[in-house]
Amino acid sequence: MKNFSGKVLFLDRSDINTDEIIPAKYLTEITKESLKPYLLEDLKLDGFESLRDVEGKTVVITRANFGCGSSREHAPWAFEVNGINLIIGESFARIFRQNMFNCGMMAIELSVRDIDRLFKIFADRETFLEADLEKNLLVIKAEGVEEKISFSISEFDRALVEAGGWVAYADSHY
Amino acid sequence: MGKTVAEKIFDSHLVDNPSGDINVIRLDAVFCHEITTPVAINDLVVRDKDRVFDASKIKVVIDHVTPAKDSKTAAQGKILREWSRRNHIQDFFDIGRNGVCHAIFPEKGFVRPGYTIIMGDSHTCTHGAFGAFAAGVGTTDLEVGILKGVCAFHYPHTIKIVLNGHMPEGVYAKDVILSVIGRLGVSGATNKVIEFTGSVVDALSMEGRMTLCNMAIEAGGTCGICYPDMTTVAYLWKFIKDEYSDKKAALEDFEKFLPDSDAKYDEVIDFDVSDLEPQVTFGYKPDNVKPVSEMKGIKIDQVYIGSCTNGRIEDLRVAAQVLKGNKISDSIRGIVSPATPEIFSRAMDEGLLKIFMDAGFCLTNPTCGACLGMSNGVLAEGEVCASTTNRNFNGRMGKGGMVHLMSPATAAASAIAGYITNSDRYKSAKRK
Repeated sequence: MKNFSGKVLFLDRSDINTDEIIPAKYLTEITKESLKPYLLEDLKLDGFESLRDVEGKTVVITRANFGCGSSREHAPWAFEVNGINLIIGESFARIFRQNMFNCGMMAIELSVRDIDRLFKIFADRETFLEADLEKNLLVIKAEGVEEKISFSISEFDRALVEAGGWVAYADSHY
Repeated sequence: MGKTVAEKIFDSHLVDNPSGDINVIRLDAVFCHEITTPVAINDLVVRDKDRVFDASKIKVVIDHVTPAKDSKTAAQGKILREWSRRNHIQDFFDIGRNGVCHAIFPEKGFVRPGYTIIMGDSHTCTHGAFGAFAAGVGTTDLEVGILKGVCAFHYPHTIKIVLNGHMPEGVYAKDVILSVIGRLGVSGATNKVIEFTGSVVDALSMEGRMTLCNMAIEAGGTCGICYPDMTTVAYLWKFIKDEYSDKKAALEDFEKFLPDSDAKYDEVIDFDVSDLEPQVTFGYKPDNVKPVSEMKGIKIDQVYIGSCTNGRIEDLRVAAQVLKGNKISDSIRGIVSPATPEIFSRAMDEGLLKIFMDAGFCLTNPTCGACLGMSNGVLAEGEVCASTTNRNFNGRMGKGGMVHLMSPATAAASAIAGYITNSDRYKSAKRK
């Protein structure tokens, strides 16, 4: 299984699309690793600088409809090669969400209220998140603050994460 | 309990129900292009599983960057070409015979009512115009589709959109779908199928229905679906004539995929198009939609007519009617890209290409190219494009560029004016 715990990157906007996550001009790359420097290059978000802000992060917390637009799996791959395997948001576009679990990564949905609270408490601080898949629990910490939020994951999505993705799962089942 | 179109298709293709509402379904076709397939191919090779579930059900095209523009795109084409050859895939379309995937595959007769189709391309929803379930997927789903001929989905929920009234002259399927996306929002149909029905859809050609279904994904939809009828049968007839005694028999067969009268929908939306004006997008989301009349005068630098949304013969006819006898503004770069060789050839026979060229348009080969800023018309920083494509995302046609989505008629009229404006076809209709 991949690592789902570490420093958090907050992206405070809804409808972040896959063209912003990885622009189409980089889709001519045929290795995942070569996408690394281009993650979130075209993200429209005040004060955001992709190379500076992505460095060292493991988890993304964002708003609604994350990953809308193109079907490119290059979007999850660009996160993966930067060490980010967990994205937490209010909601996800279907294909992006499926691509995450198909790669053995996780896209976790929390309520609008929980997401709001996380942004309010942590967005301006250096924040660490630990994902406990046994207890379905997220522990979010910054200096002097700690929040615990439980999350749900379907049996099928968990099987994909445990198998390391859909190819491995499908190959042993069909 | 009654079933929707997608429910009927799922129930007739079910392979496994691993847990919850997850349905693993059997695939009737897997479509492939050179951008999202090579990584799947390379992974299959690494896993020592370089094979395909059924070579006759895999259809392959090089369309996003063709001719290759550099060594990397040449390598993507090469991987796809060699893979098709060694796996004995007959339906592989290379340069000279290639076109935009969602235009060429229906044109070749590869889509049928009731089919299940996946492709590593979000606009795969286009093929629902034939009453099929067709969904865009990522490379991993594509890889499993190629190897096993199956794909996993949540059991479908459906929104029904009933389009009634009379389409005003100068208003097209593109205006209708932009308006629908404006109402639903960019996530209004996420995880849902959209059934399009009503007298407006009945009257649309297959080309118009494909434009409608093509943009279902811009509202988050998994697939857009139109009901098969005599228009569907007539379009497919040359491919299916040996399978049925007559067209009526074909229609009867296809009608088993019509929804039941007591089918359950998440939502039913009635929309009368009689007063609809031509529509255009502003901003960076496809649900930022306004009537063209409210955007009139916005300066543009480039006009692009083409893509899987609006690069078909009807689109070229409409644009050529608007352009005939006119020159585009000196300040405008006009680019037209017929979506397939057959469309190109028909446009030549009908004299449409001459009209585009006389007006000052540059004519390119069939390719996705400019729509996603990969080739053939990339914008510079600060430039604005009036485009018949499907996405106005930040940087979509080039870093720092702005895209306004519209119908071919509006795009052609805007090319002549040098700024966004309605076409004469709409204006003259309004004066009546």
